[in-house]
Amino acid sequence: MNPFIENPIFLYATGLLVALLLLLGFLRFISLLRTQRTYQHSIVDLINAELPQTQCGHCSYAGCLPYARAIAQGEAINKCAPGGTQTIRRLSWLLNEQREPLDPAHGSLSPATVAVIREEECIGCTKCIQACPVDAISGATKLMHTVIAAECTGCDLCVDPCPVDCIDMIEVQQPPRQWPSPGPNELVPC
Amino acid sequence: MAISWAKRACPVLGFGKRGVKLGAIKPPPHKLESLRSRIMPTPLPERLVLSLQQHQGDASIPCVEVGDKVLKFQAIAEANSESSLNLHAPTSGTILSVDQSLVFSDSMTPEACIVLECDGADNALKVSTTRDYRALEHEHLLQRIEEAGVCGMGGAGYPTALKLRHGISKNIDLLLINAAECEPYISCDEALLRERAKEVIQGAEIIQAACLANSCQLVIESNMNEAIDALRSEITGSSVQLKIVAPSYPAGDERQIVFAATGRETPSSGLPIDIGVVVVNAGTAAACLHAVSKGQPCISRVVTLAGSPLRTPKNFDVPIGTPISHLQTLCGMDEQSHQGTLAGGSLMGQPVLNLDLPIKKTSNCVVAMSAQEFPAQEPVLPCIRCGYCADACPAHLLPQQLLVFSKQQAVEALEDHGLFDCIECGACAYVCPSKIPLLQYYRSSKELMLLEAGVTARSSHWQQRFQYFQYRRKRVNQQRAEGKQSASDNSQQVEQEFSRDKAREEIAAAVARVKSKKSKNQAS
Ligand code: SF4
Ligand code: SF4
Ligand code: SF4
Ligand code: SF4
Ligand code: SF4
Repeated sequence: MNPFIENPIFLYATGLLVALLLLLGFLRFISLLRTQRTYQHSIVDLINAELPQTQCGHCSYAGCLPYARAIAQGEAINKCAPGGTQTIRRLSWLLNEQREPLDPAHGSLSPATVAVIREEECIGCTKCIQACPVDAISGATKLMHTVIAAECTGCDLCVDPCPVDCIDMIEVQQPPRQWPSPGPNELVPC
Repeated sequence: MAISWAKRACPVLGFGKRGVKLGAIKPPPHKLESLRSRIMPTPLPERLVLSLQQHQGDASIPCVEVGDKVLKFQAIAEANSESSLNLHAPTSGTILSVDQSLVFSDSMTPEACIVLECDGADNALKVSTTRDYRALEHEHLLQRIEEAGVCGMGGAGYPTALKLRHGISKNIDLLLINAAECEPYISCDEALLRERAKEVIQGAEIIQAACLANSCQLVIESNMNEAIDALRSEITGSSVQLKIVAPSYPAGDERQIVFAATGRETPSSGLPIDIGVVVVNAGTAAACLHAVSKGQPCISRVVTLAGSPLRTPKNFDVPIGTPISHLQTLCGMDEQSHQGTLAGGSLMGQPVLNLDLPIKKTSNCVVAMSAQEFPAQEPVLPCIRCGYCADACPAHLLPQQLLVFSKQQAVEALEDHGLFDCIECGACAYVCPSKIPLLQYYRSSKELMLLEAGVTARSSHWQQRFQYFQYRRKRVNQQRAEGKQSASDNSQQVEQEFSRDKAREEIAAAVARVKSKKSKNQAS
């Protein structure tokens, strides 16, 4: 054997080095534990957090969580019309996948809507309340119903069950503070 | 390259912290032109347009009506929350409208404005003066500042009283008066200090008493010679100390100034008050003095009119609400060489969309651009990764990397790379050899991030409601199942079926009713 390797100094040095590396690894592990941010969530939760949560079913799944599960199993990420380009972009970033335009089979990009009940025509059957996934409709049997516009997600799930078709979907007016300002290529001073 | 690496490593290794100064550019100052004359009073325009959003925070609520006659100093809009601000009439006259909306350059959003027609008489409301402000309690001082509607006049426009209250609650020990006006063309603070050094120093003493700070430093750039002389002659016997820093851009930024004066670094996404420092602009200090000792609300400010198309660029003492075009006419505008106007200095300024826009409490400078001084945007070349932008960035960011992520709209990566620590100084774009409009990319990305944060918050709210809905439905179903089990006879069953039938009949009847109503309506 190589006498150099048998030299005790070499052994000590190697041992010291290994101990040092182990210590460094341990410290790194501790720091990882301390800075852990997203690792504690499952991938389905992370995907679900990017979906708009209207539960509309346009993606052909029974809600956002089922679609999130399907995406985790390899389903395409471009099926959520209410989320639009933003959701696709964020999912592609999250999953490191190619960004693709919205799948036209699952709806088109359209402005946000809210449901509005034509109140004089409502017969108070409570069908819409049962359909609304976010409890955004207020009313009681045989009494007039109305939509709490601030809570309505615009999923249009309440439209079909209504026996007298008195629910309209109306475009949301964007408050002026949410108008986007011009990007770098559109700025022209006067 | 190696030197730049060593510079970067110095603070990390823990030495040379004060000596190392990253991120300083030295653009030509262009201040002398407007400093040639003294601060001029402004002849009143025909009408003043007073935005209800002079400040950062909630808009003020008008408390006058169309046709009302108001006096100078009279309140015309009131604060409706803690972060809102009182607004006062800068002169006497008649209210023409209270809801005209104008689009200001910086936010692209319409803001409601009060329009005041000046009667020229300038009749003032009687205000109560205070001879000895040193005898007043700090709470009383704060109240005076709050009532006078003073907000930060350096540009951000945060309500001053609120800022000082935050400072008190965080036990700050140092007050910094920011007079390091580093951006090219802007000279309003320098002019103010040159001519009214006493006011600024007394204002600083008031603010120090109001926020209970142990010490107060007035930070000024070393090239403002006349202002320094004026301050030196006034400062004896006052608790305010003078701190002179080297002139560079952006030395006047809050974080930079705190670092230069104290050596303390403001934490990422924190504020100077988190490390015990309150920073107040010199113009704000003067406004606080007027508020406390003369009882005058904040109705005017010093504004620099600069740019080579103006024959006589100068500083004006401008009533809030004066249109920019009025001021530019006073300076003699040469229409031929005028290429557009910037609100703010040449590096952070925003293009003015409409020259009839008024001066606000936060407007410090208006630059008329000429083709020689502001050449058109040269063709943008690809980023060559030279790294000059990273060397220039005072926030220690990587602008070239932020550019890539901005183009990809990779929101998460932008956040990880600290886009919200970008102070929008524009130093990176100034040094970029490829002429990339980096700052515009960052502004637009920040907006996108804020929008997306709103969307994410909304969807998590919906998720919570949906989860509650599911929980409720499960509970109801369980209760139903239990109910069925306990009622062994089928009477309930019958009743349920019966009620369901009844419901169907009712629905059918109601549908018929509605139909007959409709047909009746059509017939009539
Ligand atoms: S289309 Fe989008 S919002 Fe609608 S259920 Fe599917 S994931 Fe949710
Ligand atoms: S009210 Fe209608 S559209 Fe709105 S959330 Fe409920 S079911 Fe969806
Ligand atoms: S489903 Fe239609 S008729 Fe029935 S309660 Fe809702 S809005 Fe009224
Ligand atoms: S200065 Fe311009 S070209 Fe150089 S790395 Fe930065 S962005 Fe790229
Ligand atoms: S604009 Fe932002 S990224 Fe550019 S130098 Fe200034 S702080 Fe740095």
